[in-house]
Amino acid sequence: MSEIFGIPVQAFMGQLLIGLINGSFYALLSLGLAVIFGLLNIINFTHGAQYMMGAFCAYLLLNKIGIGYWPALVIAPVIVGVTGVVIERTMLKRLYSLDHLYGLLLTFGLALIIQGLFRNEYGTSGQPYAMPEALSGGRNLGFMFPPNYRAWVIAFSLVVCLATWFTIERTKLGSYLRAATENPVLVQAFGINVPRMITLTYGFGVALAALAGVMAGPIYQVSPQMGADLIIVVFAVVVIGGMGSIMGSIVTGFSLGVVEGLTKVFYPEASNTVIFVIMAIVLLFKPAGLFGKER
Amino acid sequence: MFAIRKLSAAVALALAAAAAQAQVSDGVVKIGVLNDMSSLYADIGGPGSVVAAKMAVEDYLKASKSSLKVEVISADHQNKPDVGSQIARQWYDVDKVDVIVDVPNSGVALAVSQVTRDKAKAFLVTGAASADLTGKACSPNTIHWLYDTWNLAHGTGSAVVKTGGDTWFFITADYAFGHALERDTAEVVKANGGKVLGAVRAPLNTQDFSSFLLQAQSSKAKVIGLANAGGDTINSIKQAAEFGIVKGGQSLAGLLVFLSDVHGLGLDKAQGLVLTETFYWDLNPATRTWSKRFASLDGGKYPTMNHAGVYSAVLHYLKAVDAAKTDDGTKVIAKMKELPTDDALFGKGRVRQDGRKIHPAYLFEVKKPSESKYPYDYYKLRATIPADQAFRPEKDGGCPLVK
Repeated sequence: MSEIFGIPVQAFMGQLLIGLINGSFYALLSLGLAVIFGLLNIINFTHGAQYMMGAFCAYLLLNKIGIGYWPALVIAPVIVGVTGVVIERTMLKRLYSLDHLYGLLLTFGLALIIQGLFRNEYGTSGQPYAMPEALSGGRNLGFMFPPNYRAWVIAFSLVVCLATWFTIERTKLGSYLRAATENPVLVQAFGINVPRMITLTYGFGVALAALAGVMAGPIYQVSPQMGADLIIVVFAVVVIGGMGSIMGSIVTGFSLGVVEGLTKVFYPEASNTVIFVIMAIVLLFKPAGLFGKER
Repeated sequence: MFAIRKLSAAVALALAAAAAQAQVSDGVVKIGVLNDMSSLYADIGGPGSVVAAKMAVEDYLKASKSSLKVEVISADHQNKPDVGSQIARQWYDVDKVDVIVDVPNSGVALAVSQVTRDKAKAFLVTGAASADLTGKACSPNTIHWLYDTWNLAHGTGSAVVKTGGDTWFFITADYAFGHALERDTAEVVKANGGKVLGAVRAPLNTQDFSSFLLQAQSSKAKVIGLANAGGDTINSIKQAAEFGIVKGGQSLAGLLVFLSDVHGLGLDKAQGLVLTETFYWDLNPATRTWSKRFASLDGGKYPTMNHAGVYSAVLHYLKAVDAAKTDDGTKVIAKMKELPTDDALFGKGRVRQDGRKIHPAYLFEVKKPSESKYPYDYYKLRATIPADQAFRPEKDGGCPLVK
């Protein structure tokens, strides 16, 4: 049997695919963070909690009013996005003129409060969320047995990521947004409602987190600390990709997923730390991140 | 999460006898419940262990008419040995805590056991599993109350090998507990004529097990042994279903599964799992009565084996404090070993010289959804392992206290 680095080629391909699946979660989450940081200059530490809220929202929709996975994919991000809008309107907007640190502290505090509330109500073992009927099972590719659901996760998150990139970098709306971050006063002078645009951008970033949460529900337990475990890694992804760089976070998200997946084969004990090692190395040589612009 | 939370909860100053016993330091017996309050093991112990400790205090004072003053406090060790031993030091030195109970996570428990020994206090482990606590790391100040890795390995491991599962691959939590559980189970597998084909060490609190499951799958082992616990076990079992592992003919052996894990997974995912526990709420009328009372105090959640262990350990501890007429840690632990144990949940038993508490263990199988008739009706009893066979023989542990 042919081998790559001493492991069978089949196992190797399997691990690559798994890495891509995890990478799609990293990409989706870091994308939201990058959008929020790039356009609002807020380091949104609530992101993990909002991801968790997305998953819980889907869980509650299913178990309280019987709304299934597909509608939840739309409804949950909208609901969580609205809570994001409320947070932005009532709290975050007061912080734009202050140092980054204040935004970080506020969002971190909010994350702890939200997670604490959910933990109090639901405990930590998590709630099961059934896989949608249409995507359960998998197909045998010969070298592995990829579950259909995970294939769907890769495809869907790629589409969402690219659509977001396209909207911000290639459309008129995106150009307004980018202009507004460069020079809000001037853009406002052209008759564009900048504060509303910023609010909606935050809501959109939060909705992306919630969308990732809904997609994670059937794979992981829906549990209050699911976001806390992930958010640190996702921050590392954003830093490696370059704070605020949209394409950077997408590319880094997917590729770090793959790197982490392969670490799990070659030296599993290090799989929790490998991303941070990469982060340290990247920061040493490219402090602005791989795709970031020096400011 | 980051700040140490101290849910200081003074309780049970009942029976207002002002004449505190002369030998009890500062007049109060202070019990510290130290465990994972917020992460992957919080449903196994967590706030429920505080409820159980308070129930034990209440029941003991009521039944014995003792004049002890008892207080229960708690803290979150965040699964970090350094945080755990720092809290233990502060409790013993500053807060006048006399005994620490629970402490899931063997890494933390081994650290706290050492601190307790240095300070000559008392430590009742219910949450942690490593059999080293009564083996090479045994201490005159520590009692290992509930279960251990040897006990789990021999219960579940030998049952699985005997039903044909003779080739194994382990997915192991990468710290003291997982290593001990893998080691003890591998011994049992080999002793029964089976073979271990490989193992992979997954970091504690891993979200995604697919990579490890894939390695287990390609090993072609008949049995995938999960040497992990809590959230890690839940995620492995859940994702194994997704990758068609059980459908592909391999079976899963959860080497440490708690009631809260089965509850979190749901019966459709957990059915058929074989597991070893030393307590189940639905064993007999006494356990049912106690468990329903516990549930009414803990937001409707039924007790895990760990909650029952905390209750039973605290009860025996208080009995020993009264009998020894002191709360000096070393003396009380010695008295606990001298007195036979007896309570509604674990029946009659004893504590050995190496600190191992002895009681029967049970081999359960998780029911099919169709077999479950009422809330938390999850297990059926497959076998009872008598007390004298449930734990490692005292002479085999290598504990220096055993002469």
